[in-house]
Parts: sequence; structure tokens; C-alpha cells
Amino acid sequence: MWKKLTEKAFWRSIWVYHCNSGACNGCDIEILNVLTPYYDVERFGIRLVGSPRQADAILLSGAVTRPTLPLVKKAYQAVPAPRLVFAVGSCAIGGGCWYDTYNVTGGGEKAIPVNYFIPGCPPRPEAIIYGIALALGLVDKKVAPVELKQMEFPVDMYRHRKLFEANNVIYKLLGEEDDRLNFGRK
Amino acid sequence: MWLWNKIKQLAISWKSGVVTLRYPFEPRPAPAGFRGQPIWDHTKCIGCAGCANHCPARTIFLRDICQEIRILLYDSSRCTYCGRCADLCPEKAITMGDHYELATENRPDITQTIELFMMTCQRCGRCYDLEIKNSLDKLHTLGYRYDSLEVGKVSRQNTAEFSPDLLEKTKTYERPKQLEK
Repeated sequence: MWKKLTEKAFWRSIWVYHCNSGACNGCDIEILNVLTPYYDVERFGIRLVGSPRQADAILLSGAVTRPTLPLVKKAYQAVPAPRLVFAVGSCAIGGGCWYDTYNVTGGGEKAIPVNYFIPGCPPRPEAIIYGIALALGLVDKKVAPVELKQMEFPVDMYRHRKLFEANNVIYKLLGEEDDRLNFGRK
Repeated sequence: MWLWNKIKQLAISWKSGVVTLRYPFEPRPAPAGFRGQPIWDHTKCIGCAGCANHCPARTIFLRDICQEIRILLYDSSRCTYCGRCADLCPEKAITMGDHYELATENRPDITQTIELFMMTCQRCGRCYDLEIKNSLDKLHTLGYRYDSLEVGKVSRQNTAEFSPDLLEKTKTYERPKQLEK
């Protein structure tokens, strides 16, 4: 649904505003690298603009620090309504190493709603292009959650435990509660 | 002179040709030695929690859901791809991949969950725990766990000397019952 909406709303070129919220300049250098002739993003109509009022999308880099939090919110409000926010780099996504530091909000998601995440520390310029192309619908998504198991049990352990808890209710009512749930401590 | 300069510029730009990469429409593999997302080999992993204890961004969580199963959850969102987990792994179960096209619109897409089967002790029927030397070490290991409160409930309580009070309090171990005299 979001993809269809994006294709309708941003069928012309999107102009991006680069918002640095306390980044180490690693991501900023990579964003600048994207604009060079080598990775020319103006083929897709992407242009860097100086004011959030002219922009369609925000490239947010850096864990949102406490001094920059109101500024980031103001910049987000200044962007006209159908807007995209890209969180570039691991700091902007989840706060990076500073996710629980006293002076950091802990990622762009806690300050403003984020639409697309571009992980990497810093992300390669190709990764940034890929993220924007994903938003424009030019490429397909390549990641999915991975679930691995060392051993397949004949009895599902989760279900077994749930059933045990459900059965134990009867014994609780009777006053003969099984100790196994409390690990022997009451 | 002006025209001559323009001609020179044209010649220079003609020489270099087109340098722009056709990136999203053509694959572009990362250079050798690039550290992308770490990949777990679940056949080699022993569940020692070394990666979880040494991750600078604390993106790796461990959770003991029952007696035999320990779950390792890797949340790639705030990973800095430093490669410490791969360096540290004693079984070389973690390799740093070269995949960098990780952009997504919802964060659970870049997670990895591994269900580890833990060997249990023949005598007490519990998992082998990490080596806990003193209470400081114990705090250290429990602090990084996903569910430290639950683990703290189950984990063994050690004392330097033998204390009969603690022995009376603790009924977590299923010891063989003492013979009646």
C-alpha cells in the first residue's frame, strides 16, 4: 500500500534535504559521494536542496542528540505533506553505540516517524542509492527475517510449556499447584 | 584563447568518457574485505554468549526460553559492523558477509533468530551455565541478557564459603535426597 502511495505521490523527481542530527560526518560524506558524477543520482531526479520547505524527503543522519531534537522536529514539520524520511546509518536507525546514552534520544524513530531504514556504518553510497530506489519502486527488497534452528523437536517446546501452564490452572484451583513453574521458589 | 580553453575542456571530458555507474540496474559487488552483515552458522554455534557480551552496540540478545533451548536474537538495526563478534567467536560460527543492500521499510526484516539446543547436565538436568567466578562476574553476565530478571530467578547463587542458610533457601537444584540415618 505504501509503495503504491509513494509511486502516486512521488512520480516526479524527489528533492531531498540532508539533515545532520549529530552524526560523525561519515554518513554525510557518503551522502555527498552519492551526488558526485560517479554515482549520479540526478538520473532519478534526486536533488539536494538547502531548505526543508522545498524538499520532498529528509535524509536523516546521526543519532538525534538532545540539542538537535527540537531542530529535527521543526525541519520535519517544515517539509510539505507527502513526505518521506530516510534514516541513513545505524545511528539514525537505532542510535548505534549510543542508543542509551544520556544525551542521545536513541535514533531518528523516537523523534520523527521514519519510512525507510538504510543500515550501515556508514552505508556505502550504493546502499543509499538502493534505499532511495527502493522508495521509488525501481528495485525489489532483498532482505527478510532469518530464522535458524539447530534441532527440530518432535514436541513443540513452546506449545508444551503453554499447555503445562493451562493445565496447571486446574491444580491451582484445587490448591495443589505444581512447583515446576516457580522453579521451586514461592 | 577562450575558445581554445573550451576545446581543451571538451577533449579532457571526451578522454574520460562516461564514468557514471548504472548501479541499481546493474549489480555492483562490494570490494574484498568489506564487512557487511554478520552471518551465523547455526550448525557451529555453541551458545557461549561471547558475541552478546562483547557487542559494542548490544545488538545481540540471548534468551533462555526453557531448559534446553536458548534463543539468540541479532537485531541489525543499530549494528555498526565492527566485526568483533566474528573475531571473538571460538567456533568461527560468525562470518562477516559482503551484503550491503539492507534498506527496508520495517525493522524486523533485518533480524536473525537462532534457536540453540543446549546440552544439559547429566546430574541436575540443567543447561551448562557460563563460568561464574564471583558476584561481579555474575552481574556482568546477567546485565546483558535479554531477560535478566527471569534468568536471575533461575540462575545459581554462589557463595565463597558454604552457607547452610542459602542451602535451605535454594530449592532449585534437584539433589539426590539424603539417606535417612
